[in-house]
Amino acid sequence: MAGLFTIDFTTALLFGAVTAGIPLLLAGLGEQISEKAGVLNIGIEGMMLFGAYTGFLVAFKSGSIWLGFLGGAGGGAAVALLMAIFCVWLGMNQIVIGIALTLGAEGLTALLHHFQFSRTYPRLDSIETLPLPLISEIPVLGRALFDHHPLVYLAVLLAFFLVWLFRRTYIGLNLQAAGDKPAALDAAGVDVYVTRTCAVLATGALAGIGGAYLANVGAGLFLPFMTNGAGFIGIVLAMLARGQPLWVLLGATLFGVSLALTTALQVAGLNIPTDVVQMLPFAMVMVVLVLFARHSYLPPALGLPYVRGER
Amino acid sequence: MTDRDHAVVPAVAVAGITKRFPGVVANDDISLTFNPGEIHVLLGENGAGKSTLIGILAGMQQPDAGEIRVGDRAVRLASPRDSLDRGIGTVFQHVLLVQSLTVVENLMLGGPWSSRLDRTSALARFRELCQVLAVTLDPDAQVGRLSLGEQQQVEIIRALWHGGRVLILDEPTSMLTPAGVRELGLVMARLRDQGVAIIFITHKLKEAYEFGDRISVLRLGRTVGEITKERLSAMSEQEATDEVIRLMFGPTATSEQGEADTMAHEGRRRRRTVVVDRAQPPFLLVRDLSIETRPGESALIDVSFDVWPGEILGIAGVDGNGQKQLAEALAGQRRTASGTVALRNTEITHLSVAARRELGLRYITDERLGEGTVAAHSVSTNLFLKEIGKPPFWWRGITRWDRIHSAARNKIATHDIRTPSERTPIGRLSGGNIQKSLLARELSTESGVVIFNKPTYGLDLHNIRSARARIRQGADAGLATIVISTELDELVELCDRIGVMYQGRLSGIVDNVEGAEIQIGLLMTGAEAA
Repeated sequence: MAGLFTIDFTTALLFGAVTAGIPLLLAGLGEQISEKAGVLNIGIEGMMLFGAYTGFLVAFKSGSIWLGFLGGAGGGAAVALLMAIFCVWLGMNQIVIGIALTLGAEGLTALLHHFQFSRTYPRLDSIETLPLPLISEIPVLGRALFDHHPLVYLAVLLAFFLVWLFRRTYIGLNLQAAGDKPAALDAAGVDVYVTRTCAVLATGALAGIGGAYLANVGAGLFLPFMTNGAGFIGIVLAMLARGQPLWVLLGATLFGVSLALTTALQVAGLNIPTDVVQMLPFAMVMVVLVLFARHSYLPPALGLPYVRGER
Repeated sequence: MTDRDHAVVPAVAVAGITKRFPGVVANDDISLTFNPGEIHVLLGENGAGKSTLIGILAGMQQPDAGEIRVGDRAVRLASPRDSLDRGIGTVFQHVLLVQSLTVVENLMLGGPWSSRLDRTSALARFRELCQVLAVTLDPDAQVGRLSLGEQQQVEIIRALWHGGRVLILDEPTSMLTPAGVRELGLVMARLRDQGVAIIFITHKLKEAYEFGDRISVLRLGRTVGEITKERLSAMSEQEATDEVIRLMFGPTATSEQGEADTMAHEGRRRRRTVVVDRAQPPFLLVRDLSIETRPGESALIDVSFDVWPGEILGIAGVDGNGQKQLAEALAGQRRTASGTVALRNTEITHLSVAARRELGLRYITDERLGEGTVAAHSVSTNLFLKEIGKPPFWWRGITRWDRIHSAARNKIATHDIRTPSERTPIGRLSGGNIQKSLLARELSTESGVVIFNKPTYGLDLHNIRSARARIRQGADAGLATIVISTELDELVELCDRIGVMYQGRLSGIVDNVEGAEIQIGLLMTGAEAA
């Protein structure tokens, strides 16, 4: 096993960890925004998958990876809009609607993809990376961490941006109040429904971009069911992070490494059954949950629809 | 009215405010004026319409009719934002602060969303208002860690944040310690002297007299009386209290209130004449009963009383003074901390709900749907909910639907339950018919003592009448009966004796004779402790 960690292997592993971790980071940060505002967004898996589909389609038709991300954001937000209508405005059960949206997105994307491409899976041209000047020259780490698609850097910056947004802006206060005591926000003259709707749409857009990254950059193609639980891992990350974006960043890194290990170990041809290796990230979820779940923080009004005048 | 009064432009005035909810008129043509530099006390029983009026002024609810004037302009308060912008700040009965945010963050809530937090000017405003109120608070303390009194000070500061023309305080003293109440009184006086119009809602007459400049009394959604500033300052506390009690609880002077009043009078004429035989032993004996309470709910402390067979004991009191806790403790739904409960010679203090039921104790909850019945299940199932698994309706684990449905049809006929069929989900019936089903279930089998919690709450007049008739019938047949209600009229109509709950204690039991209302009113408002 000691011979396994050659320079090339380590570089590939870390590079893969970043690629695998970015969708989780975007999903986790997105989920965090919703949860802060009091909406448990179980539909995030569906938003991600739909974003992967629309993101791939736009990139494939337009040839622009950036338009692809925009398409992904739009796709994710479209699913999120349904979530907002049903759960925020109509006050329906967030868990039921979330599961329905995920199942719906899985079926719909598989169906649409089949209609369009039948059983072929066209690929995008390989995408260009943006090596950061100087630091990308560092041995091992430079290639692994600082030679990625620009979206990777933006996603990491987003975590820091959210720290600022939550702590230093009225939007941050409003989000927290909507999840902690929506009636207080209402009495302060801020519309709880609008606040929550915006939060859910932001979640959808971020999850959609995460899905588009998974399809366009990670795989270079769209496959039905390709998110494979990434959205759910995002929910776990958000819950364990207790409202702190930087903890989502840390968690996404850990899960990214474990996902990359899965691939790397398969490539390395170790004598372990593939099924066991593929289980790794999910076993990791369970271990982390067992160890840390009691420390998870959930806003008091999470999952509860708001109706003015009811307590 | 003096000439000086005419010169004052009211801070807020409402005229002809009417607000209807399904089945109730919460505000019926209410007109009131609130002057700057005056503490105006609103008094009234539960359901008198105070909270609705506050909701309307705070922009949380829209009136069906009537006019609101702020200063000398008619306005529409379509949202909380509108009210805040006009300088109307409200401190609601329940704390409306975000517990996970700091004091100053809570105060900044609702700022311009597109900009960064402006802590500097928020802190400046915070210090300024702290000075006005003469309170000391740490702006960076997390609100969840503050005492209730401190949280209320934060709420008052927030209510004054946008100008502070009018300050509404909805039962602000209900959760405070006596020291906290004194401090609140000082804060109110200070604000009054600065020209703020204060609307102060309370149940406690002592506070009304002590803090108020003017008192208005609401009853059944109407204003029934006002004690002006001049008269109030000339009155002694006793005189003021007497007048208020008479307005709140006494027979109504006007006869234009329609059926509700006729019925009340009719009821009063039908005050019970059955003589309870107190020579025989009481059926239910409660001694020094206390329970463990969760934070934020009313306590139940050292309650003792007896109920004789054939007697109806009323439990009066303002909502939330421990009545629900008492009912649940008697029914066995709450663990007893100390004291004893006995049925005849059997102590039942530590028995389960089912065991108490077996011994003949019945509890008819005020939560008809949810606690009392399962909304999605059929009327039939609900009628036999407590006999599940027992013969003849269940036979070796198999449900005998034919027997259940036919027995249910009998009950539906005898109890006049209006339902499309015995298979209709009970949640679709009206409140009155759900109540009848509940009574049909609970009173059918052998019982000895029945506890009714708000038996006519939310029912229409017809169903109120039939529910009260059922209660009376049961007692006439020898049941020891307890009726918990917040409506004094109801208790006066039904009961032999009336006990009053105040802050978790039974503050006294009064024989229901002519004129008992006044004494009960005093006990209810804590003006007199027995």
